[in-house]
Amino acid sequence: MSAILPPAQRLWWKEPVHSVELVWIVIAFVWCLVMFFMMPFWHIYGKQNLSAETYRTTPEMFSKKAQAMVDQYKVREETEQKIPVVKPPAGGDVYLIARLWQWWPILELEKGKTYRLHLTAMDYQHGFSLQPENINIQVLPGYEHVVNVTPNRAGSYAIICNEFCGIGHHTMVSRLYVK
Amino acid sequence: MATMALFRICPRTGLQFHKSAETLIKLNAVVAVVSLLVGGILALLITLTRWQAIHLVGAEQFYLLLTVHGLDMLAFWIIFFEIAVLYFCSSTLLKSRLATPRMAWLGFALMLIGAVTVNAAVFSGQATVMFTSYVPLPGHPAFYLGLILFAVGALIGCFVFLGTLVVAKAEKTYEGSIPLVTFGALTAAIIAIFTIASGAIILIPTFLWSTGYIKSIDPLMYRTIWWAFGHSSQQINVSAHIAVWYAIAAIVFGAKPMSERVSRTAFLLYILFLQLASAHHLLSDPGLSTEWKVFNTSYAMYLAVLASMIHGLTVPGAIEVAQREKGYTRGLFEWIRKAPWGNPVFSGMFISLVGFGFLGGISGVMMGTEQLNMLIHNTIYVPGHFHATVVIGTTLAFMALTYFLIPTLFQREVIMPGLAKWQPYLFGLGMAVFTLAMMGAGTLGVPRRHWDITFAGTMLPYEFPGTASLMLGIMGVAGVVAVIGGGLYVFLTVGSLLWGKRLEGGTYGTQGGVLRMPVATAITGHGGAGFAAPGTFVFALVFLTAFVLYYFVNWKYLSTVWGLS
Repeated sequence: MSAILPPAQRLWWKEPVHSVELVWIVIAFVWCLVMFFMMPFWHIYGKQNLSAETYRTTPEMFSKKAQAMVDQYKVREETEQKIPVVKPPAGGDVYLIARLWQWWPILELEKGKTYRLHLTAMDYQHGFSLQPENINIQVLPGYEHVVNVTPNRAGSYAIICNEFCGIGHHTMVSRLYVK
Repeated sequence: MATMALFRICPRTGLQFHKSAETLIKLNAVVAVVSLLVGGILALLITLTRWQAIHLVGAEQFYLLLTVHGLDMLAFWIIFFEIAVLYFCSSTLLKSRLATPRMAWLGFALMLIGAVTVNAAVFSGQATVMFTSYVPLPGHPAFYLGLILFAVGALIGCFVFLGTLVVAKAEKTYEGSIPLVTFGALTAAIIAIFTIASGAIILIPTFLWSTGYIKSIDPLMYRTIWWAFGHSSQQINVSAHIAVWYAIAAIVFGAKPMSERVSRTAFLLYILFLQLASAHHLLSDPGLSTEWKVFNTSYAMYLAVLASMIHGLTVPGAIEVAQREKGYTRGLFEWIRKAPWGNPVFSGMFISLVGFGFLGGISGVMMGTEQLNMLIHNTIYVPGHFHATVVIGTTLAFMALTYFLIPTLFQREVIMPGLAKWQPYLFGLGMAVFTLAMMGAGTLGVPRRHWDITFAGTMLPYEFPGTASLMLGIMGVAGVVAVIGGGLYVFLTVGSLLWGKRLEGGTYGTQGGVLRMPVATAITGHGGAGFAAPGTFVFALVFLTAFVLYYFVNWKYLSTVWGLS
């Protein structure tokens, strides 16, 4: 007659259910439905939804596109490594490479404008983590993920890596400017 | 062979142990505790490293230790203990001999060899790939091979459990249906088989890749299938520790399930829907459609969450009903005030239940929401969440059960009962603060699996807000408290086995008793009668309020970040 013994009633599935259980099941189920419909609701009315637009790519293909963007829109270089800072036209395609242990190049975007941000990894998996905004996206080798981003605040942001990618993982940090 | 089976009946609990099952339960539990000890020592070193002010070990060591910690805790401590729980719930609770003890020994040996191999591979420095071993990050082939051996061993254990159910049914050791606790264990075993199959599907090719037979493994395919193993194995834990909650409610209070139908249906929902949750880890990934993410991450329509919310009501509800029948009927809460808070079997179980629901459950649903996931993906919020589910939920429930098993299974008195009384509080509350601090830091963007968030020596460092360091400091202090609580558990368990007063355990005989229930005795009086558990219902509403508020606070936060489409 307890949970560690067989049910006392042989036909236990015919026993009446407690009213307290019934009421709770109804409340809980309604809440589950609310949470479920919140996701499609946000896709229709919300402004923060992760794009599913993805293409197959290779390091060579992607590097070429990123290099073309850098050649065309480079405005200056930063740090001893001479990482190019790129200011692409608003509304255009921007490319960001994740590799051991660097984000390349540095992007300079305009506030309120929408960009098509292309992300891929050259080697291992990486994690795009925009701080202090705290937007986090997985970056996989072989996949080119196109995310439409609209910066809503000017300032200097950091992109850190939040997917473990080997011994230098914690040194993989870069900048992103919004003017 | 069957007639040669030896049984003893514990004179204190009336539980009947089959000798082969008893030895295997003991061995699995002991190996589990040893894994916990190793994992716990590493936990201390890791906590003291992420506590940025102390920053104890170097980067290479940190990543290596973190890999071992994840495996020893999440895989080895928990699954060895779960095999013990499975054998207990089948052989002991059904008063049956264990099916094919030799196969069970083989399973145990494979698990042990696998666990040792994995530890050796990582400690040698050749498989610092984290618990998840995401391709194409390379690990030594021995690492994958060890995991495969361990998984095969665990799979054998699951089939021995199922075989024992068949034996018990065929030999009529019980009448009617299996007990609810065994049903919960069955749920865990079914999920385990799905889980291990998924593990095999991805780990075998990955092993071949690591040895050079396969050229490449698609990283997204790896993540999708690996998480059917990685996440589902946490669902085994959920099913197992909820079965343990029901068992402890029955052992301590003589509580019977409020309604068998509701509790069993909730377990059934787990079997049907829990495994969809590998999607939780892929919400911020490229290459998967939004519809796929929304459907899977919500377990269809949060039907597994519904099941957990049901158990969250029916376990304390069953305790309330039992206590009220004993006369603790004053007000809404006398039943809980007068509960045996000094008994670690109960206090551990209750802290596990509350911590799992409030900390693990709510945070889990928030981060499993398709869009909200972007706010915490791969931040330290994630380990914050799963330390609440797997450490406060599963580990503490198993610790609580241990205090019951030491006298009945190991026939020893628990040493230093005064200390044992405090252990669940020290561990549970330390862990609660630890997880909250991690979630706080994660909300501020602090990444998980990261050696140095000050980015010292880099050319473009980022400075996290001061609150983040404060959170990591709180995490460090609470982590040390929790490690002391965990260490106390290992000490009390091992100490009781070595030096605890021997207890009369009953003599072995070949005659196994039969579990005959007075079938359909007088209607037991509850079920449908009135509002039987008002106090629990109030708790449930408090829980729901916290849940709803926290859920929408995060949507509010999401609405302020950059536009994404």
